[in-house]
Formats: sequence, C-alpha cells, structure tokens
Amino acid sequence: MKITLNGETRELVPPYPTLDRLLADSGFSGTIATAVNEVFVPAAERAETPLHEGDRIEVLAPMQGG
Amino acid sequence: MRDFYGTTLANGLMLGTAQYPSPAILEQAFRASEAAVATVSLRREGAGGAGQTFWSLIRELGVRILPNTAGCHTAREAITTAQMAREVFDTPWIKLEVIGDTDTLQPDVFALVEAAEELTRQGFQVFPYCTEDLIVAERLLDAGCEVLMPWGAPIGSGLGLNNEYGLRSLRARFPDVPMVVDAGIGLPSHAARAMELGFDAVLLNTAVAKAGDPVAMARAMARAIEAGSLACAADPMEPRDMAAPSTPVVGKAFLE
Repeated sequence: MKITLNGETRELVPPYPTLDRLLADSGFSGTIATAVNEVFVPAAERAETPLHEGDRIEVLAPMQGG
Repeated sequence: MRDFYGTTLANGLMLGTAQYPSPAILEQAFRASEAAVATVSLRREGAGGAGQTFWSLIRELGVRILPNTAGCHTAREAITTAQMAREVFDTPWIKLEVIGDTDTLQPDVFALVEAAEELTRQGFQVFPYCTEDLIVAERLLDAGCEVLMPWGAPIGSGLGLNNEYGLRSLRARFPDVPMVVDAGIGLPSHAARAMELGFDAVLLNTAVAKAGDPVAMARAMARAIEAGSLACAADPMEPRDMAAPSTPVVGKAFLE
C-alpha cells in the first residue's frame, strides 16, 4: 500500500508496520512529534496506531522560529 | 515584570531563533541579549536529524521556550501544530499564529479566536499573535487568553510601531493584561518605545538575526528594552507645545 511520509510517497509491503515501527525503520529518533492525516498522534499511542492505504504521516522536529 | 501565566520573567525580551548566520552566532546573540524567552517552531524532520542538533543548542541556553504555530493558515492546522509542540517542547505555552494574508502575514483574527478557544479548553496557555483591534482583544480574552501579543508591524518588516495610537489604546483599554509587542521591530528605539508605552515585553527576531552584527544588536535591544521599561515605571513628563525654561529665570543677572 502507498502512504505519504513528510510529503514523500512510500510503498509499504505486508505485514504493514504500526506508526512507531515505520518511524524506527525510517531512521527517525530523538525529539519528534507525529500526526496522521492531520490528526496529532501522541508518542504513547504510536505503537497502537496502524497505518492504512493513503495515510499522510507528518514527522516534525524542533526548528528555528520567530 | 508582569507575570505571564504565573511565570515572572527576568526581563522583557523574547527573542526568536531563526535566520542567524550560524548556530554559534545565535548562541552568542542569546547570551548577549540575556533574553528570557526563546521562540521556536516545528518543521518536518530531515533524514540527518537537523532538528535534534538545533534542539540541543537551545536547551543549553537555559531559557524559557515559547513554541509557535508559524505558517499555519487555519484554526485546525494551528491546533494540531500546537498539540505537537506541547509534546515536543514539554510546555503548555504556545505562540498562536494563524496567518490570514500571505503578503502582510496579517493574522486571521477570526480563526485565531476559534483556535484560542479550543486550545484554552485543552489546557494550553495561549500567546495570541493578534492585531491591535480592541474587539479582537476582547474576544481573545473571552476565549481564555491571559496574554495578548499585538503586532507592531508586519513580521520581518522592521517598520516599528505602525499604529502607535492603536497600541496605546489597547494598553489603556486592558491595563491589567500582560501584553507583548510581537513583530515589526527593526531598531532598539522601536523596542524602547513599546516598553515606554507600557507593554510588558517585546518579541523580535529579524532585527537581531539580520543585523550586520547580530551579537551587538542583541545587546542593544536588551538595553533599549530595559531603558524603555525603566522610563515607563518612572512616569514620564507630559509633553507640551510651548517651551518652558528649565533653568530658573529668577536671579538672572542683567548684563546688557
């Protein structure tokens, strides 16, 4: 199935990962926050968050700001 | 200094972390400014983990963190960003920006009130980036905001206080509400003026980061804000149209 991770399309093969597994497999670590389809997913819920066809996943980190 | 949601800051300078020539200069500018608060944002994390390096640098500054929702154009987008920021930065503080116009970056005050209401309900302590409009201010306070952050001028413009009358009216209308002039500051004199008008803090970024010498400008801003704050507390004299001799007239010699 296809998902979008930070704007880039990814093809996932079964068994489909949960959100936390996808993050680990994609090399994300440290201080990050996640949203799926524009809805915030707290860190504590990532392990129980399954992914579905067409999901749009955002992984954000601290950045400079004014 | 006035409290911001129960937190008393050491001074009235809130400094942004964007656009510095290098991380080292950012750090030096912060140390020179002695800013009490650093504003930060959230952006997509890259493969190299750039966000983690930046976050380590900011944490070492030991200042209070004020995350923003910069770039958000809808209430929903701002609310989701705020939720993500609260988890990442471990603070209920949020500088709520909902942009309504791409040229002026003027806030969409209707969406701002909507987002402020929801975020307050969720336990956030909202710092709303707003205009100087009195009715908008009232709606934001009704929504649960305990701080207001009116703009001085469009973000990054350096124009100073575009509507001093409006800011003065806002300050007078809500004398007990902590207020921060956010955006548009270009010079230390602008920052000093905001403090002279009775504002409690100034939030600025570009004026320091884009100065030829950001560290020196950070120091200048800190001193201007301190001077303006002291002047406000000292109860300035009333201006008058006609001259009034300051040297006593009585006792002057006749030497013609």
